[in-house]
Amino acid sequence: MNLLATTAPTGALVLVTAVFLASAVEMVEALTIVLAVGVTRGWRSALEGVAVAVGVLAALVALVGPPLVHWVPLSALRLVVGGLLLVFGLQWLRKAVLRASGLKAKHDEDAIFAEHVAELNAVPKATGRDATAFTVAFKGVFLEGLEVVVIVITLGSTSHPSRLGLAAAAAAAAALVVGVIGLIVHRQLSGVPENAMKMGVGLMLVSFGTFWSAEGVHVAWPGSDLAVPVLVAWYGLVAWLLVTALKRRAGQPAPGLASAGGPAHG
Amino acid sequence: MADRVVDDRPTALRWLAAFGHFWWEFLIGDTPELFIGAVAVIGILALLCLQVGLRTAAAYLAPVLVTLVLVASVWWAARGHVS
Repeated sequence: MNLLATTAPTGALVLVTAVFLASAVEMVEALTIVLAVGVTRGWRSALEGVAVAVGVLAALVALVGPPLVHWVPLSALRLVVGGLLLVFGLQWLRKAVLRASGLKAKHDEDAIFAEHVAELNAVPKATGRDATAFTVAFKGVFLEGLEVVVIVITLGSTSHPSRLGLAAAAAAAAALVVGVIGLIVHRQLSGVPENAMKMGVGLMLVSFGTFWSAEGVHVAWPGSDLAVPVLVAWYGLVAWLLVTALKRRAGQPAPGLASAGGPAHG
Repeated sequence: MADRVVDDRPTALRWLAAFGHFWWEFLIGDTPELFIGAVAVIGILALLCLQVGLRTAAAYLAPVLVTLVLVASVWWAARGHVS
């Protein structure tokens, strides 16, 4: 039917990179919350909240992913999921461009950590199991992880052949890597180049979204799967031009993509 | 009249509303132009692909249309309309 079988490694590489980066970014945000909870309220309830959230997220992938792959026609799946990824990716990319050009405050994990610690310290501690610690850790991991679940299911299920397992493994690997780094650097998550990673994820989600939603309406991509890296490069160029133009308009120097500094979080 | 609003809808209805609210925030949120733009892009491509001869041309048009949506949204935000 097309060249997907022969060009599969390219698509798989981009898929793994996209899922890994997206998962890593969300994990950094979740880890900031969990660290704040653990430091202020104790680790037991915080880690219980994390474990339950991870279990629920894994169950979501297992319950929603395989039925999508087996029962929904591939072209319909690509149209809907491609559209979803396109909207989602455009949101990420728009935010990343605005942050890189200094028009939107950057995500500062140190500031967010301090904010969470202050909020959690204001709540009286309970004896035994700490419901506040459990709830805050659960919500932090679950809500940040939900975006990863959507990305894993959409990217994994629309590949042909299905790469749901590969996408889930990439997300789990990112969670593990960020978790280990988090334990080592402890509270210094601001050192992670989160904003640049978000730019990368946005580029890949928009590229996959364009590719699959177009395939869903029977667009014939020249080079089949090889069009995905070309789309990534195209949108990268567009993002760079946008950042440069916005910086120039604001009278700032125009450095590399997503490298602008800035306080606060957003 | 008291200001407090009591939600006396059935649980199923409240869950449905919360589910709808989640997806609304997830897909539309404060950038409705991106959702509308993406739907419009897919619609235009679908119309083009009704003619088999235009299916390859549509591949070149797709990233251009998506770029226009992104640029318009960023431009809108840069002019101070959206935070």
